[in-house]
Amino acid sequence: MTISRRRVGAVVRKELREFRRNRSLTVGMAVIPAIFCVQPLVNVLTLNSAASVPLRREHVLLYLLAIPALVPSLIAAYSVVGERQQGTLEPVLTTPIRREELLLGKALAALLPSIAVAYVVCGLFLACVELFALPGVASALVRLPDLLAQLAFTPLLAGWSIWIAILISTRASDIRAAQQFATLAGLPSVAATTLVALNVITPSLTTALVAAAVLLLLNRTGLRLASATFDRERLITGTK
Amino acid sequence: MLPAGSRPGHRGPAVAVDHLSKRFGRRVAFEDISFEVGRGEVFGFLGPNGAGKTTTVRTLGTLVAPTAGAATIAGLPLRPENGVEIRRRISVMPESPGLYLRLSVIENLECFADLYELAEPADRIQRALRAVSLADRARDACGTLSKGLRQRVALARALLGDPDVLFLDEPTSGLDPAAARDVHELIDGLRRRGVTIFLTTHRLDEAERLCDRVAILNRTLRMIGRPDQLRERLFAKTLTVRTRVPLAEPDCVFGGLPAVESWRPDGTAGYVLAVSDAAVAAPAAARALVAAGADVLSIGESHHSLEDVYLKLIDKEGGR
Repeated sequence: MTISRRRVGAVVRKELREFRRNRSLTVGMAVIPAIFCVQPLVNVLTLNSAASVPLRREHVLLYLLAIPALVPSLIAAYSVVGERQQGTLEPVLTTPIRREELLLGKALAALLPSIAVAYVVCGLFLACVELFALPGVASALVRLPDLLAQLAFTPLLAGWSIWIAILISTRASDIRAAQQFATLAGLPSVAATTLVALNVITPSLTTALVAAAVLLLLNRTGLRLASATFDRERLITGTK
Repeated sequence: MLPAGSRPGHRGPAVAVDHLSKRFGRRVAFEDISFEVGRGEVFGFLGPNGAGKTTTVRTLGTLVAPTAGAATIAGLPLRPENGVEIRRRISVMPESPGLYLRLSVIENLECFADLYELAEPADRIQRALRAVSLADRARDACGTLSKGLRQRVALARALLGDPDVLFLDEPTSGLDPAAARDVHELIDGLRRRGVTIFLTTHRLDEAERLCDRVAILNRTLRMIGRPDQLRERLFAKTLTVRTRVPLAEPDCVFGGLPAVESWRPDGTAGYVLAVSDAAVAAPAAARALVAAGADVLSIGESHHSLEDVYLKLIDKEGGR
């Protein structure tokens, strides 16, 4: 089976245009990063230089990985059930598009803004730390391995979160329920990154590589899983 | 745009359905239906709500899998492996336009032009917009358009790919008379261009005006043919005679006339003659009436609309 880049691109462009004009979605995408960014930022900015020693044992930056674990699920959970409820799914499914192309387009459309938001928020967080935190605190917090982990795990976590949310979206019959279940499904990832950030789970190169490999594998199987649950007949008629 | 059905290698009927059935569990959507739609034909699919019209369109449009039977759409057997190619050759306009309301008209059409992987999409879009007289609204958000205009956008979207077969599911449902007339004119235009149209409707005036042949469905196919054929099949041909005063001996006047099979009174000075050939019976009846000294007000062939045919069929089923 060949995937048509043009059809995937058509879905991505359409989705991105819709996101831009959907205020509730853009507000949702702004609120979650704010929650996960402001509170640790306030904590960091109020630390004195004595706190830099215990801070070196933690990985506060990884706390921001909750953003790619949660933000895309909002968009992706909407993707199939939203179209179904609007009545726009049927015309799309009468075109030559394959379900894999449709789902890949929707996943990419959710991934791109999510990664952008996560990186921008991380950049703003780092800029605020460098500008306003005490020098000892800033150097204890901003470390190259954490930055690399942030860069690498943002798309991996976002991808996994998207496939779970799309999977839920193909089975759900209500947008709100889909978004709630998708958020719940993202919580284990948030818990894992928080435990690493607080050094409850000690990060190492080996654990990072294993985690990355597992996430890569999950992302690869995500499309297959979502495609397997995407049933044109059930989505259109609500039966079967 | 290319004339419909111009795809090379595709001969034979545009749609051929052979004993097709669809059940959802125990519920029968439609059962054992067989028919053919010729290329360039406007084929009406009539039936009451819940008769299975939309499910038939969805089945032929590869959205729903049949439970039994076979079909050929635009030259391809209706099988899962042919789904993509069948959908490339057809267009389906569902009952609800299903437009992206936050996107402009042109953005909606651009998306579908890419989904069909059309060559020269900008040209195709402009032609489709001109075909539905919407070129001046191309930049408007679909959410700002009236229901009638949205229906036109949906029609433009269906025309983008120059389909071999165009399925229109209740295209005038919920439209006011003026908007419905606009859609009728668009369909008339497509018919003149030779596009094969499969039109589901429960508007009988629409079917009578637009369709070459109609099929009446109520889970199973009740009747199929040209509207005049259906009338002939369901209603005996009749002549209605009106005279100024009642005839003294109508049996002597109408009995034994050529092509007149029987007669019955209709009101005080009216008579309905069952005839085998109106062209023979009418002059003979006129001569007999004049010979009998009757003052003839009118002699006319009785006309039955498609609505009469439809209601008779549906009533017959209701009375079962």
